[in-house]
Amino acid sequence: MDTPPKPPTRSTSRDLERYAGLFAARTRGMTSSAIRDMMAITQRPEVISLAGGLPDTSTFPPETLAAVTARIAQESSAKALQYGPTDGLIETKRCIAEVMATEGMRVDLDDVVVTTGGQQVIDLVVKTLIDPGDVIIAEGPTYPGAVPVFNAYQADVVQLDVDDQGMRVDLLEQTIDALEAEGRRLKFIYTVPTFQNPGGATMSLARRHELVRIATERELLVLEDNPYGLLRYEGEPLPPLYKLDGGVYVMYLGTFSKILSPGIRLGWVAAPPPVLEKINLGKQEADLCTSTLSQLMVQAYFERGEWQGYVESLIGVYRPRRDAMLDALREHFPAGAAWTRPGGGMFVWVTLPDYIDTTDLLARALRDNVAFVPGEGAFLDGRGRDSMRLNFSGSTSAEIREGIRRIGAVIAEQVALYGTLTGEVQAVTPDETEAARREPDAETGARVVELRRHSEERRRAGGR
Amino acid sequence: MELALGRLGHHVTGIDVGPDLMRRLDLDRPDAVFVAMHGPDGEDGTIQELLEMVGLPYTGSAPAACARAMDKVMTKHLLREAGIPTPDFVAFSQTAFRELGAAEALPAIQDRLEFPIVVKPSRQGSALGIKFARTPGDVPAALVAAFSYDDRVLLERHVPGRDLAVSIIGSPTGPKALPVVEAVPQGEDFYDFQSRYDIGRTAFVCPAELPGELTDRAQRLALATYELLGSYGFARIDLMLDPAGDLHVLETNSIPGLTDTSLLPQAAEAAGIDFDRLIERILGLALERPRR
Repeated sequence: MDTPPKPPTRSTSRDLERYAGLFAARTRGMTSSAIRDMMAITQRPEVISLAGGLPDTSTFPPETLAAVTARIAQESSAKALQYGPTDGLIETKRCIAEVMATEGMRVDLDDVVVTTGGQQVIDLVVKTLIDPGDVIIAEGPTYPGAVPVFNAYQADVVQLDVDDQGMRVDLLEQTIDALEAEGRRLKFIYTVPTFQNPGGATMSLARRHELVRIATERELLVLEDNPYGLLRYEGEPLPPLYKLDGGVYVMYLGTFSKILSPGIRLGWVAAPPPVLEKINLGKQEADLCTSTLSQLMVQAYFERGEWQGYVESLIGVYRPRRDAMLDALREHFPAGAAWTRPGGGMFVWVTLPDYIDTTDLLARALRDNVAFVPGEGAFLDGRGRDSMRLNFSGSTSAEIREGIRRIGAVIAEQVALYGTLTGEVQAVTPDETEAARREPDAETGARVVELRRHSEERRRAGGR
Repeated sequence: MELALGRLGHHVTGIDVGPDLMRRLDLDRPDAVFVAMHGPDGEDGTIQELLEMVGLPYTGSAPAACARAMDKVMTKHLLREAGIPTPDFVAFSQTAFRELGAAEALPAIQDRLEFPIVVKPSRQGSALGIKFARTPGDVPAALVAAFSYDDRVLLERHVPGRDLAVSIIGSPTGPKALPVVEAVPQGEDFYDFQSRYDIGRTAFVCPAELPGELTDRAQRLALATYELLGSYGFARIDLMLDPAGDLHVLETNSIPGLTDTSLLPQAAEAAGIDFDRLIERILGLALERPRR
């Protein structure tokens, strides 16, 4: 034994984590993870990353950025460098109204709060509405970036399955009834109805009407997260929930991140005035106001009248990348894999044979310098382990083809190994699933396969 | 650690290891290198081999001991040979399954180890890739997962019980065992390996609440393991205490965490060695290492 040169500083047993006793209970849900460490590797230049949710900002004309900033410097330097109102500048709100009008919505400028990116809207809405244990209904899979927010506020999240018509709104009422019977308190429904992140599915018109009806009848709030609505590659646009409901029970989350730049960190929320008032107070407490400089940049940019043309140019960039990804998936992914065919947005969701854990697959894929997002990050209940999210907006078509080829190769390797281990012969010839072969849905413009549930048995067996 | 070295009066240059490592070392010409890398390269002896080559003193174990500790299969073979208790196991390479028909031996292996079986990649620093197989049907998927991390995997009998860790540090009179730390999962799924290592989901208790006799035994086993692997300077040995009161050595970490809230520094503090003195001692041992 060591002979201590001085008496032990503490002789009784204690919690070794020095600051753990000081942490708030809500930090229980805020954890680092080995997966996050693994994701750090995806930033290396030699890695083809289909993991991020990055728009391609390289196509934005630098001279436009220079002109916009020069103009602000010349005309409104002092204002740009000053604090602004918590709810945002009126000039920025007019740009927001213009964007919303493009998707058929009319909004009162008083019903809008400008936020620091769309992510802040999720944070503010959850902060405003959720006490620990309150229920949020979301899609399963849901936006992976919303999961840590839900966790931080200790929400009880119930995830409804998604199929080719979007969230299973047909299951909503029975789910709400079951929650009520169990005495659980549902506060709001979170949905990305159009070109969903990560699933790629789009909610059908019938389900949109149904969702609004249920929300109205049951006096429930809905948070409609719509970053991708304008990034449509085929089909006709569907009305946002906010338009159908008129802003009575639907809160609307919009963002400039996907139509202009995520770097300027500008989003907004439109909500019923009593809710908006609380959101505004929450924002004041969080960051006082959104960057005035960013808001003026949007205003100056919109005055040039180029923003819709730029969105069109982005569509011209992203559509062939989506097609390249779908073609490559057909060529390189094995039978037993199924994927969505989004009519817009930035993501494809792939489901593999259920004996493949995509978190482990990512570790293997990183050795071949390719990355994706493992599906488990889109669930709060352990599902999604056989799924992955692939992004097609942030890489070139050539990178996408090569990336998919590499992922396909490691999947084929695991399929073959599994076949050897079980004595079953696994076909590894590329094939498309029956569902994926279907014609595009006339209404949504998307061809989407049903997102499968993980079997309960395997979850228990493979759960870590 | 960098701060501690600074407080001790050393001039410290932090190096993010990359392709320019050898050039940086040549340029900076340090008196000693404090190795603070985890996972492959840092813990498997690679970096230590390079430092031996350029003749720079460095902290911690030499290449051979690092390689032995990083490789769970190797560690367990050595433990078994030396008669140090470790859970029963079988190890396979991917080739064994692909080309030697090892899959046919799986039923016999499962009979011997009994369910649940833990399946682990042989060389993987974190909890990723470690799975519980409760039934024969779970084994193939667990193997596929483990092979994602390494070409060699371990099927190990699961020993339930209490998670203990014993850190060892060198001293002028030989290596010494520090007080035992117990990791207590906080109401999480017992089989959730990942969250067991998340701060806030596992409470670490030091010294572990154990009878003196058990503490002695755990420390003796840890020391024996340390010496068996030929470790030097410091290391952490993880053990399992089963309900019958028997101890089993699970694995060794050549470079355990050295932030001031990590297990080894906290165990050292419980033994009256504060963080700066711990770092000083580890560095001093690097300079005193017997030449090969």
